[in-house]
Amino acid sequence: MRISLPLGLALAATLATGALAAEAGLGHALPPKDVSFSFEGPFGTYDRGALQRGFQVYKEVCSACHSLNRVAFHALADEGGPGFTEAQAKAIAAGYKVPAGPNDKGETTDANGTPLTRPGILADHFPAPFPNDEAARTANNGALPPDLSIIEKARNGGAHYVYSILTGFGEKPPAGFKVIDGKYYNPYFEGWNISMPPPLNANSVTYSDGTKATVEQEAHDVVTFLAWAGEPKMEERKRMGFGVMLFLIAFAGVLFLSYRKLWADQH
Amino acid sequence: MSAGESTYVPKSGFARWMDSRLPIMRFAHDTMLTYPTPKNLNIWYTFGGILAIMLVFQILTGIVLAMHYVANDKMAFDSVENIMRDVNYGWLLRYAHANGASMFFLAVYVHIFRGLYYGSYKAPREVLWILGVIIYVLMIATAFLGYVLPWGQMSFWAATVITNLFSSIDQIIPHLGTAISTWLWGGFAVGDPTLNRFFSLHYLLPFVIFAVVGLHIWALHVPGNNNPLGIDVKGPQDTVPFHPYYTVKDGFYLVLFFIVFAGLVFYAPNFVGDVENYQPANPLVTPPEIVPEWYLLPFYAMLRSIPQKLVGVIVLFGALAVLAFAPWLDTSKVRSMRFRPMMKPFFWILVLDCILLGYLGANRPDATWNLGGIEISLVWPARLGTAYYYAYFLLLMPLIGLLETPKPLPDSIAKPVLAAAE
Repeated sequence: MRISLPLGLALAATLATGALAAEAGLGHALPPKDVSFSFEGPFGTYDRGALQRGFQVYKEVCSACHSLNRVAFHALADEGGPGFTEAQAKAIAAGYKVPAGPNDKGETTDANGTPLTRPGILADHFPAPFPNDEAARTANNGALPPDLSIIEKARNGGAHYVYSILTGFGEKPPAGFKVIDGKYYNPYFEGWNISMPPPLNANSVTYSDGTKATVEQEAHDVVTFLAWAGEPKMEERKRMGFGVMLFLIAFAGVLFLSYRKLWADQH
Repeated sequence: MSAGESTYVPKSGFARWMDSRLPIMRFAHDTMLTYPTPKNLNIWYTFGGILAIMLVFQILTGIVLAMHYVANDKMAFDSVENIMRDVNYGWLLRYAHANGASMFFLAVYVHIFRGLYYGSYKAPREVLWILGVIIYVLMIATAFLGYVLPWGQMSFWAATVITNLFSSIDQIIPHLGTAISTWLWGGFAVGDPTLNRFFSLHYLLPFVIFAVVGLHIWALHVPGNNNPLGIDVKGPQDTVPFHPYYTVKDGFYLVLFFIVFAGLVFYAPNFVGDVENYQPANPLVTPPEIVPEWYLLPFYAMLRSIPQKLVGVIVLFGALAVLAFAPWLDTSKVRSMRFRPMMKPFFWILVLDCILLGYLGANRPDATWNLGGIEISLVWPARLGTAYYYAYFLLLMPLIGLLETPKPLPDSIAKPVLAAAE
């Protein structure tokens, strides 16, 4: 180890001083904003109020373009979720029309040629706003609004990244940067040209619990909701983890004492 | 199968009846209870047991996951999400299995470097070592196949990159490499047939590993364990029975290992994963960077450091193959680095070299270091690191074994202190 330690230090110094040459310049995404969320940390849980408000933001704003394909209505009433009652979740589901058919006559459309639908039930997933990707692109200037079910697990920066995108509009682009026609300036998005128009405004929604609907509040709420949508078992996971850790540490202690006692005459 | 006489005494009539027909209880008694084990094994020797447990853990979680997983290119991604959401404790099984692969590799790397440090590959343990190299290669194949199954972006593109390595054979025999790639894919690109066969093989290989692990343990029990002093066991005073001495010691370190494992599973389940793999596979969109899981990054750095594809592939596979020749490349008369003052620093440089290669493998191929105004492409440190890796086995092992004067060895495991005093 005599030679290796100085060599290791030299190597570490090389890595530290010879910082990777950053791709400086325009269009490089800013680091996400540093905001805090209730679900962070080993004991963090989802703020129920934020989940319900965030669901309202998704339903009234985001869902116009973005699907939530992997989330079922029953999850809204599951433990560790937004805390709706089963009756409330049923009512929410019934408020959506999901594709139905063929009916018992083999028809897939009604007399006018409209595809058959029925009210949603708990077992259904959130229906997508567009029937297919091509329809979504056509309606959105060629861009495909991504599914939001696991958006925060599919982006570096997670919740902070999505929050930064949602609140990152409205700044003036720096001199020399050209915003492409039909796109919007958002410095938290790689390339800075984002196809999504600013989705949130003050009072985009009216919260029934009296919370003031600022852009930051709406973004914070919907980011909490989407964190839950992507990781609905997080609270159960952390709770079980705490028990498992306590057991393992206690068990390690018992084994250590056995080990010491057993080997006492061998060392 | 173990060294020494069997001390098993059947206790019941049935046990005696069984013992003269299939002495399976005698076998278990001799290999798991009374197996004489050097009394000086340290923490680094507990990883063998940890690896055996991890293999069983991965097989058990994998069998249950396979009950819910759908190997179809349209449904695989959603079936994994379904496991995470609607299967009872599916999130736990899936996170434990995915992070279990990382913990498995963490343990195998400690195990391999421990073998290199204490000379565990040297006579009479060459076959034991080669079986270990075979297990390691099978583990890499299994992990790669498993990584493809969730059918996310990184799954798909990793499968594309790795299967395309075979097309480099075209440079020797035209069309043969492409033919092999097409044969592997079951089509003209990575697709549904590829996913199906990868699932089949991902389910098969762990049982092959299990069988080779059986041989590995058999080959361990014939000469017995090496030990940190690297000297042979001289008699019963040097050993203790495996049970209870090492069941308890290995058990303690196993639980410590599982505390780290549980920390990942319950509090940072996506820490070692790539966010790209939470996007469904899309053959039309290449991710900004295609990187393997952390445990394969050193090999990826070697591959990318060579501009000529076929040579890169040979260097990549050669880095694994060279391990198998270590028993004959090492000319030293002593096993343990404790008595090899000249070789020891080079061993630690090898450890750092592999970490450096891992770091380089994680960076973009066009990245550079800025050293006081001079831009150095990361390709250069990667080439240097690759060269050192090969030099360690092909140059340093044979040469230093001849040049070096080892420190005097202790007389026995039981009296190392006495020997040092003389």
